[in-house]
Amino acid sequence: MSSHSHHETEFHTHRDTLVNALRKVLADDALLYQSEDLSPYECDGLSAYRQLPMVVAIPTTIAQVQDVMRICNQLNVPVVARGAGTGLSGGALPHAQGVLLSLARFKSILNIDTDNRSATVQPGVRNLAISEAAAKYRLYYAPDPSSQIACSIGGNVAENSGGVHCLKYGLTVHNILQLKVVTIEGELITIGSNALDAPGYDLLALMTGSEGMLGVIVEVTVKLLPTPERAQVLLAAFDDVVKAGSAVGNIISAGIIPAGLEMMDKLSIQAAEDFVHAGYPTDAAAILLCEVDGTNEEVSDHISAVREILQSSGATEVRTAKDDAERATFWKGRKAAFPAIGRISPDYYCMDGTIPRKHLPTVLKGIEDLSSEYGLAVANVFHAGDGNLHPLILYNANVEGELERTEEFGGKILELCVEVGGTITGEHGVGMEKINQMCVQFETAELEQFHAVKHAFDAKGLLNPGKAVPTLHRCAEFGAMHVHHGELPFPELERF
Amino acid sequence: MGLNINEDISQSLQERVSAAMNSKTALKIVGGNSKAFYGRETDGEILNVSGHSGILNYEPTELVATVRAGTKLSELQQALSAQGQMLPFEPPHLGESATVGGTVATNLSGPRRPFGGAVRDHVLGVKIINGKGEILHFGGEVMKNVAGYDLSRLMAGAMGTLGVLLEVSFKVNPVAENELTLYRNCSIDTAITTMNEWASRPYPISGGVFDGENLYIRFSGSENAVEAARKKFGGDELEDANNFWLRIKEQQHAFFGGDAPLWRLSLAPASPHILLPGKTLVDWAGAQRWYKGEANADDIRQAAQKSGGHAVMFRGGDRDQAFQPLDPVVMRLHKNLKQAMDPNGILNPGRLYAQL
Repeated sequence: MSSHSHHETEFHTHRDTLVNALRKVLADDALLYQSEDLSPYECDGLSAYRQLPMVVAIPTTIAQVQDVMRICNQLNVPVVARGAGTGLSGGALPHAQGVLLSLARFKSILNIDTDNRSATVQPGVRNLAISEAAAKYRLYYAPDPSSQIACSIGGNVAENSGGVHCLKYGLTVHNILQLKVVTIEGELITIGSNALDAPGYDLLALMTGSEGMLGVIVEVTVKLLPTPERAQVLLAAFDDVVKAGSAVGNIISAGIIPAGLEMMDKLSIQAAEDFVHAGYPTDAAAILLCEVDGTNEEVSDHISAVREILQSSGATEVRTAKDDAERATFWKGRKAAFPAIGRISPDYYCMDGTIPRKHLPTVLKGIEDLSSEYGLAVANVFHAGDGNLHPLILYNANVEGELERTEEFGGKILELCVEVGGTITGEHGVGMEKINQMCVQFETAELEQFHAVKHAFDAKGLLNPGKAVPTLHRCAEFGAMHVHHGELPFPELERF
Repeated sequence: MGLNINEDISQSLQERVSAAMNSKTALKIVGGNSKAFYGRETDGEILNVSGHSGILNYEPTELVATVRAGTKLSELQQALSAQGQMLPFEPPHLGESATVGGTVATNLSGPRRPFGGAVRDHVLGVKIINGKGEILHFGGEVMKNVAGYDLSRLMAGAMGTLGVLLEVSFKVNPVAENELTLYRNCSIDTAITTMNEWASRPYPISGGVFDGENLYIRFSGSENAVEAARKKFGGDELEDANNFWLRIKEQQHAFFGGDAPLWRLSLAPASPHILLPGKTLVDWAGAQRWYKGEANADDIRQAAQKSGGHAVMFRGGDRDQAFQPLDPVVMRLHKNLKQAMDPNGILNPGRLYAQL
């Protein structure tokens, strides 16, 4: 994609020198540099963006990660860390002159501390594998991104991943205790502790969601929570998305924080129903899935309260899953929403804005208008409890210019989210994808502050260059195309 | 909705910081001055932010409140309480004048912390003045937001050394319908084990304290959930329980009396009791131990580290060494970060560590 070239982050890496240096610290099968071996690494979950790295390093020990970092630091070579490669914003998109550092071989669960309710794992361990390993102790790891079968915990930390249970249980940042991180200089440091806090600045919060820009995560200690005695899910149908939105506010006003609260619009409902036959009411304009969990007694109290609220909020139908199997079926439709859309459209593009929930009608209307303007259909999936919206734009990459139109449309959705007081990314990260929208979200001085923070950890700018935080020049370039209210953003910069 | 919004003095605060940056004059940031005793001392020109006050936006159905840093903590809590909501981290005031800014800067959380999260967990966004005199926004008013580095949570516990807080947006929660505190007499070892056993089960626990005599467990939830917990846990119901938790949180319980230094030990929750000369009160269901005694500082710190955590000299000891020393590489990163936010080192220099 020409619009995402690396012209700002050009490095002059000598491949043979790099390969020879890495050979001394890595086994033969841990170092790839022939182009046919590199292609599996050319993209992450955002497959529209592709780039071959110069070299792929797949170390097995922390000491090797330290060696790779020392070599890259010495030779001035960029490093892009990669976990399972399921990220949706191009955060693990390789650098053409750099090392793609795969943490895929770090897949051991090192310790489950049942007394202190924590698990220490290597970064390549899959999210769901932690909960599976802890299940026999009736404990689990709460954050559950939809990709939890495949995504790894290191990537979850790098992106501050969420999931469908964030409203009650928080994001990754709320559910980790300690990290071991290798700096660009190759030093191994411990951040956080086994206690609930640590001395000094909250580097644990800073590192979480930093998208591989500040260090490489080589070990993670997560909090485990007691598995709820019972979880129960309600499905409510609405003939109007606005009514569904107010129902969410009414549940929260009643003092109930559901474990999960998801909304799907008509197109998502229909696609999901055709795909997994979850029994969704396909004539509804929107459905809400509301899960409450806790002790038996608490769930009983809350489920009847929520049912009444949904009915009085105008639901045309409210169903309670009669058993765990039906509960799983209700969720299956939601969790399969993305692949379901993939069945009805050659390609789809997933957006990730968050908005204050009260602006849902405005934003949905805005998306509808943009959808007709661009002639591209949109299916909406919404983490309704926490305001995180996933509009899926349906397009066909084989139609010339359609991807570019889709990207532009997506960018406008994100700008709309910012306008109503929201954000361009709730849980997928900025990566390469939303780098231009960062110019809309932040002012010059704020972006400069981000760059100064990056400099504090990585003075040479070798860690994941060109991602997450745009340069001011990039914003000037982008801003020149997006003039709001006759004012040029970033007026202090020259135009080109 | 907004409440008690006073004059916006952010511009004059900004001018003060800019002038201080140019003249390299240290500033001592003061809100309610209720936590002046805490941490290391700093002696710059006073920058009083208590006049910058008011609840700018409180949306109960969005579970968000945005407040100026000089707002009194009690004022915010009253506004939340009127809507059946609360700050889930149950912050200690440690003085009537406590402000929102000081609460965030110290990141001190009350007994609900292990179950409801800390101050830092509920910071959604901030508006600050950095050491260059620039007004900056990070985060926002939404719960999920991963745009840019998380510089808002970084403010929590930074003791004002990275920026002057102007506004903070908090995630708030509903108050539980019912609360019940049960207690029973036991040893400290039994108390620690019992707290952790209970915290390992899916019961609606919101506090666990051992005060030297009794184990107290607080339950918060729906009526039937709390009643079920009463049957399972046994023990006696504590009358006037709100007052008990308040005295723990505000350090008014008899344990906190006397002149011996008070230490805060933050440990892995199931860590066995650390035997030191003096007395111990267990809070945070085992994860926070208050120690009052004359033990040697190094011994206290080593013991805390062995139990997966760290120790803070909270009151009555050597303030110069209030916080656990950092690993040299981690300290280097701290210094770099301080330099990035406050290049001339004018904001509360030395308040957290001598080098920052």
